[in-house]
Amino acid sequence: METQAITGEKPKAAEKWRRHLLPVGLSFLLLLNILVFMEHLGLEIVSRYYKGILILSFINIVLAVSLNLINGATGLFSIGHAGFMAVGAYVSALLSLNMGRWGFLSPQLQTFIQFPLVLFLGGLAAALAGLVIGIPTLRLRGDYLAIATLGFGEIIRVVALNLNITRGARGITSIPNHTNFWWAQLFAVLTVVIIWNIVHSNHGRAMVAIREDEIAAEAMGVNTTYYKVLAFTIGAFFAGVAGGLFAHHLSYISPKSFDVLKSIEILLMVVLGGLGSITGSVIAAVVLTALPEVLRFLQDYRMVIYAGALIILMNFRPQGLFGRAEADLAVLKALLKSRAGEIVKSRSEKRGGNGGSA
Amino acid sequence: MALLKVENLSLAFGGLRAVSGFNLEIKPGELVGLIGPNGAGKTTVFNILTGFYQPQEGRIFFDGTDITGLSCYKINRLGIGRTFQNIRLFNELTVLDNVKIACQYAGRYSWRDAIFRTKSFYRYEQEITDWALSRLEIFNLAHKAGEIAKNLPYGEQRQLEIARALAGRPKLLLLDEPAAGMNPQETVELLELIRRLRRDFSLTILLIEHDMSLVMKLCERILVLDYGKTIAEGSPEEIRNNPRVIEAYLGEEVSDADR
Repeated sequence: METQAITGEKPKAAEKWRRHLLPVGLSFLLLLNILVFMEHLGLEIVSRYYKGILILSFINIVLAVSLNLINGATGLFSIGHAGFMAVGAYVSALLSLNMGRWGFLSPQLQTFIQFPLVLFLGGLAAALAGLVIGIPTLRLRGDYLAIATLGFGEIIRVVALNLNITRGARGITSIPNHTNFWWAQLFAVLTVVIIWNIVHSNHGRAMVAIREDEIAAEAMGVNTTYYKVLAFTIGAFFAGVAGGLFAHHLSYISPKSFDVLKSIEILLMVVLGGLGSITGSVIAAVVLTALPEVLRFLQDYRMVIYAGALIILMNFRPQGLFGRAEADLAVLKALLKSRAGEIVKSRSEKRGGNGGSA
Repeated sequence: MALLKVENLSLAFGGLRAVSGFNLEIKPGELVGLIGPNGAGKTTVFNILTGFYQPQEGRIFFDGTDITGLSCYKINRLGIGRTFQNIRLFNELTVLDNVKIACQYAGRYSWRDAIFRTKSFYRYEQEITDWALSRLEIFNLAHKAGEIAKNLPYGEQRQLEIARALAGRPKLLLLDEPAAGMNPQETVELLELIRRLRRDFSLTILLIEHDMSLVMKLCERILVLDYGKTIAEGSPEEIRNNPRVIEAYLGEEVSDADR
């Protein structure tokens, strides 16, 4: 209350804006869904090109939000996220290519079961990699951890470049392109909901405590080793899922797709959105995916403007777009409550026998 | 039976013997003071007791179990809470969240409960919030629950640290210079507060303090540490008159107090 009084009107405006963010975002998503669904009714409104951008946005949301759990919530500065993504991408792609045809199911139904399964397994493989990298690097802090994770990402890339099964620099081609708008959206929403629920729970509070002060956290009964390893593992799992989506979207992956630049790109989304803000990560992921496409009309100057925009933004808002703030769920909660209230009301009315004329 | 029993504790950092041959026994409900000049090893003793440092020699028994070498968070869960000499709050979080973090194990729910928001999630969250608020209530901080911890005034930050330590339901509370940086008025309030805590929660307290008037008024038993060794132990009266203590540490203080 006091801080508001001191800084005057501005935070209030920000509060208002945050309150409207969720309803606006959800309505926008709903509209997109309707537009994309039109194609099943024979009316293609959203072209393949735009759908491609949307799918990439969803994949990037998964990547950014999962990295935010590691970097933002737990405060472990990791820049090897593309490595986990690569593990998920290769594992799921190879599984998809080698699972063959299940005779007892129709092709559509097989995809419907096989694709999430393959993504899940890719995620598990990446989670295992997260566990393996997490345990030895736990003693490292700050810059040192960043360097170690950077090294890990490079190791994955070089291994993929040299193994036979990953077909080296040629990469894996003709991966079935199962990733469509619906799958990508489903996994993006699942990731956001799951990570949101983790962060806003006792477990998430333990992770945030590690970010704030590891020694105090330990003295307050937080098992810091456990939560650090787990943050790594969960983040890696979702990065692996995103890798699977990515592989089945482009139907081609090579070690080049998962180099340091990819890691930096994901990190950029998290930092730009605000370390520790899931809302920020989601919005930054969408903006940074769309921006290079929007700027296409500038042709050769595209990347210059893109980089310039980033520099200006970081200059004026070093804490990122959202800092640590989140979208306000109050509207959603109120909506759910009023719904529940109506249901209860109508039920009691029925029971009372007053009739439900309205 | 003693609540805490420390036998022959020793720890050296390179050539510096920070603690050597330290013995301590605290009975349930006692309020013991640990004093000594700067660098005498008081905080090191705290850090060993809470598991931040592993002792090179000696054993620690708490509530009948051997806790030597246990990791920090396990010791905390067995019932030793602590505060820090230089306040270590979770600065960017709200006052309430600071205390909630320390209630990690007041209400436990699994990952599944958290992810799927089951009924037990909401029940335990409610329990944790109520418990945390009740801890803040003790210090009259409940109305500031939503504020960011670093924005609190200094004295309240110290109180919040104690509230946070209490949230873990400790049997033994270790206070590391709770009056540091407080003015005389605040120190008197703190004195009352510590007495009240001890009475209301049947806490056992071990405290490090430089403010002699506070220690002398509050503690029943005082240990004096110098160069890692216990040089005296006894009631405030005995300590005040102990020539070794006066020599090591209290000489000027006593004459100051007499002034």
